[in-house]
Amino acid sequence: MTALVIEAAGPGITLQDGGRHGYLRYGITAAGPMDPLMQATANRAAGNPLDATAIEISTGGVTLSAEGGAIGLALVAPGFRVALDGAALPDRVALTLEPGRTLVVRAGEAGAWGYLAVSGRIAVAPVLGSTATHTRSGLGGLDGRGLSAGDRLPVDEARSGDGAPHRLVTPWLDRDPRVIRVVLGPQDDYFAADQIAAFLAGPWTISPRGDRMACFLDGKPLTHAKGHDIVSDGVAMGAIQVPGNGLPIVLMADRQSTGGYPKIATVIGPDLGRLAQARGGARIAFRQVTVAEAVAERRAEGDVLRKPVARKPVVRTDFASDFLLGLNLVGGVADGRA
Amino acid sequence: MSAVPDEPRLLDAGEAALVVEFGSTVDPAISDRVLALDDALGADPPEGLRERVPTYRSLMLHYDPLVLDRAALVERVRALAAGTTERTTNTTLWTLPCCYAAPHGEDISQVAERTGLSPDAVVATHAGATYRVYMYGFAPGFAYLGGLPEVLAVPRRASPRPPHPANAVVIGGGLAAVATVPMPTGWYVIGATPARLYAPERDPSFFVGAGDLIRFEPVDAATFDALSAREAAGEPVARRWESRT
Repeated sequence: MTALVIEAAGPGITLQDGGRHGYLRYGITAAGPMDPLMQATANRAAGNPLDATAIEISTGGVTLSAEGGAIGLALVAPGFRVALDGAALPDRVALTLEPGRTLVVRAGEAGAWGYLAVSGRIAVAPVLGSTATHTRSGLGGLDGRGLSAGDRLPVDEARSGDGAPHRLVTPWLDRDPRVIRVVLGPQDDYFAADQIAAFLAGPWTISPRGDRMACFLDGKPLTHAKGHDIVSDGVAMGAIQVPGNGLPIVLMADRQSTGGYPKIATVIGPDLGRLAQARGGARIAFRQVTVAEAVAERRAEGDVLRKPVARKPVVRTDFASDFLLGLNLVGGVADGRA
Repeated sequence: MSAVPDEPRLLDAGEAALVVEFGSTVDPAISDRVLALDDALGADPPEGLRERVPTYRSLMLHYDPLVLDRAALVERVRALAAGTTERTTNTTLWTLPCCYAAPHGEDISQVAERTGLSPDAVVATHAGATYRVYMYGFAPGFAYLGGLPEVLAVPRRASPRPPHPANAVVIGGGLAAVATVPMPTGWYVIGATPARLYAPERDPSFFVGAGDLIRFEPVDAATFDALSAREAAGEPVARRWESRT
């Protein structure tokens, strides 16, 4: 049987499909990708349904090999370092992983999440209709946990790719992380106008303690006009709650289904990935848009994903920074210390 | 009791979710409006409506805005909210066996201390009430129950206690709950039910809905073990009663 073998994995590498929908009313978190647009792009490039099961790669990095047959892969991980048997590849690449070869994906100079889609189907049993991993409740993926060394992911209907690696052309993933668009509410009336202005302007610094559940923001604390406790209501992905300390928290894929802090605004769907990709220390501000503008943005995103992902032969300039870094390592660092 | 407005407030939670808010407090009359709208939308859901999440005071509607236009959803919600103020489905009452004895009712003595009741009176008071499932949230299958007698309204702990086992029966902050998944909690664990409100591998995975009523029936530890074995073998031990509203 053809399988993808996890040779090594850092923390936070999970299987994610489009999410576990339909059970929020029972307290079941949808989970799903942190960067939905990037995951859908990887699936599109691999010839899969956009919400097919893919590997979500964290900055912990992952090393993979194939077993039982060649497997076509589409890796979309902007900013990550990618190497096949030690040879650098672009960070967005379609390739065929043959048995005996090793693909390494490691954190690079940017990017918090990458996605590896398989041409074929990663055959893990869905739980409540989905393979999305929610580690806090132990649901989905591989036994409800993150992937680790020694795991074997069976691949049904595996298709090998077409020869040499190709660079994937995905300009829509070159997103400006500094401005995140939001729709105000649902509880913006808990804040005075000057506090809403301060919230939008920021700047906010992304705290390094974020995870799949939430993105924490550091900056000048906001004040509440009507207290910071509300009777619990529903929570959408991207909801920005402001607890008692006045520092906003953006609730992400692994959030709880309900919550009891006022939510000043909600990140629009198309900007969720842009925010998710910002690493600790990054500075952001928010920009208010209307629901209609957000829907238009969503429609544009859908149009992009309907087209095939263009491929170009890999050329040396695609990974120039890796080469330069390699040269630096060979250079006179030791001499400098002596 | 707070007044329930005729017209709900409609609040956007981004471009793919709408909060239909009937009030801002925990109140059975508000919950009735929430659940009536939930029923009505569930009976004939518009295409593109992805999830309905009832809470104490609001119904959150997750929708695909490329399939279901916000204006169309709003129009539908307004019409239904105006025309549907009472629940259309039958009220279901569940009797859940509950063992308050050791080792399950771990925190009963603490509750007795804080309320001034005897441990037996804590049990009798909790088991004597009828609870209403307001909502699920916090964790898979975590059911928030209203109807806790006032004398048992102890505040939640300042810091969480160690994790409880699955299907713990807990109280705190004036509410009761069934906590299906083991985790640290600020609530007090006063018993456990052998009934699994949440079992992901079972069909249906959940059987108690928001708006259902629950009573707890005290059982001893030996009965709890026997019922747990039956539940594990696929024989449900919760008993169901139905009445027309």
